[in-house]
Amino acid sequence: MPAPPPPVIEARSVVKRFGDIVAVDGIDLTVPPGICFGLLGPNGAGKTTTVRMIQSVSPLSQGAIRVLGLDVARQARQVKAQLGVCPQEDNLDPDFTVRRNLLVYARYFRIPAGEARRRADELLEFLQLTEKASAPIRELSGGMKRRLVLARALINNPRLLLLDEPTTGLDPQGRHAIWQRVRALKRAGTTILLTTHYMEEAAQLCDTLVIMDHGRVIASGSPERLVSEHVSRDVLEIWGWEDGLPAFLESQGWEAERLADRIFLYTDQGDAVYRELTSRFRMDQCLLRRGTLEDVFLKLTGRDLRE
Amino acid sequence: MRGFSWRAVAVWRRDFDVYLKTWWTNLLPPILEPLLYLVAFGGAMGGMIGQVGWRGANLSYAQFLAPGLIAVSIMFWAVFETLYGSFVRMYYQKTFDAIVATPLSLDDVIVGEILWGATKAVLVSAIMLVVIGILGLASFPGCLWVLPFSLLAGLLFASLGMCFTAICPTIDAFNLPIFSIVFPMFLFSGTFFPVERLPGWARMLAGALPLTHTSTFVRAVCLGRVDAALWGPVLYTAGVGFVLFWLALALMRRRLVR
Repeated sequence: MPAPPPPVIEARSVVKRFGDIVAVDGIDLTVPPGICFGLLGPNGAGKTTTVRMIQSVSPLSQGAIRVLGLDVARQARQVKAQLGVCPQEDNLDPDFTVRRNLLVYARYFRIPAGEARRRADELLEFLQLTEKASAPIRELSGGMKRRLVLARALINNPRLLLLDEPTTGLDPQGRHAIWQRVRALKRAGTTILLTTHYMEEAAQLCDTLVIMDHGRVIASGSPERLVSEHVSRDVLEIWGWEDGLPAFLESQGWEAERLADRIFLYTDQGDAVYRELTSRFRMDQCLLRRGTLEDVFLKLTGRDLRE
Repeated sequence: MRGFSWRAVAVWRRDFDVYLKTWWTNLLPPILEPLLYLVAFGGAMGGMIGQVGWRGANLSYAQFLAPGLIAVSIMFWAVFETLYGSFVRMYYQKTFDAIVATPLSLDDVIVGEILWGATKAVLVSAIMLVVIGILGLASFPGCLWVLPFSLLAGLLFASLGMCFTAICPTIDAFNLPIFSIVFPMFLFSGTFFPVERLPGWARMLAGALPLTHTSTFVRAVCLGRVDAALWGPVLYTAGVGFVLFWLALALMRRRLVR
């Protein structure tokens, strides 16, 4: 049997402290080549800090990270030469037009001018920005800006693409446009690290993911496996119920979670439970659906607000 | 993550490209500024002042003032470039964040910015030299020494501006270094009157300020006095510039490497 290919990202016991605050508290990650790896977690979980350490711009307090076999602390330039970074906050250069943004960025990678022009035009085409090539940045919509940030991240043909919340604030069209490109890149062999708050996005794009909270990894696996491991196959959501229902659920020993205005009932036999309940109660305000990554996420990280 | 390289030139080119976009409006101020000052102070006020004695020479006030204006412009253009210009790029535009995601280090970015600030000082002094030369207030070819010196002084003042950028939490805080350091230099470093006119203690203080040495150098070469006495201002500017340059790098690392 051939040896497994070396990982694209290998993080060992990584700790990051800001003064007394421990932002990342000893995480281990292994990202094999060619996959889309998700980094999920509520605000303040340490996702962006982790990405910035992988990116070689934030020094580690402890531990080690290797990217494509290179040490991020000692070989920062070589690491960064092979990365594409799509940051959370748009940092396009407002002093230049769309196309010029790509050309100026190419210079930072020392890409020869002719090749940079060819590559910029290809990328504008790939991200449907050709018509906007000579527009100033301020005239772009939010979706166009995100697409341009992605185009810029691809200017150096990166082997690893870091996407930090690439679709936050986008309309559905904008989001699907980004997803489609990310899938195409994955098919072409680019390894992708994605952080997101959207569970649907993670389920759509990620082969493997980890859920982080308070700087630690609290769960990992494929989206399907996480769902089957941590929640049930089916979930019955009820948002209007007759008085006897909660007591009945309890008497059956079913796993239910009750919020102020909603009950979540976790079960592997959704149909049977639904039939049983409809035969006893008026059930016109309920929804039977599959368990999702969002259920896993809320179950593991709780429903408290993080601000 | 530390250390700078020739890659810093890519940052310099970025800033230069932005400058070229609006080259026409960038060209006007250094042409107008000396003219306005010379009409107001050299002409109107100079008539009241008469001759100014400087290092054994009797100069008309316009002759005295013109080189001082070049020195002041070297300071202002370099300081304000790394003060407001760099701060806007760092804080509001997040341009530094975008660049450090490429093979460039933070040090490369800061060095590129300082180089650009110094370049602006060279450009502005070249343009002013032409204007002042046409007015017959600069002696050729001696005054051409202003150009290499403006690069050196530009590096000093751009580094100084970068130090302020590194320590000011917001753009409003710039008033403090501007009114406590930059403006006093403008007024007391031999721009409008010879430093020798100051009382003893103030003359000592003025002697410690970088602009005093810049205006001494510029005035001397504009009067055609190219001699060994120029080594004083050159060595002072190189030494202080060197210290401020490393300080700017250290302070920016402290601010941005997290």
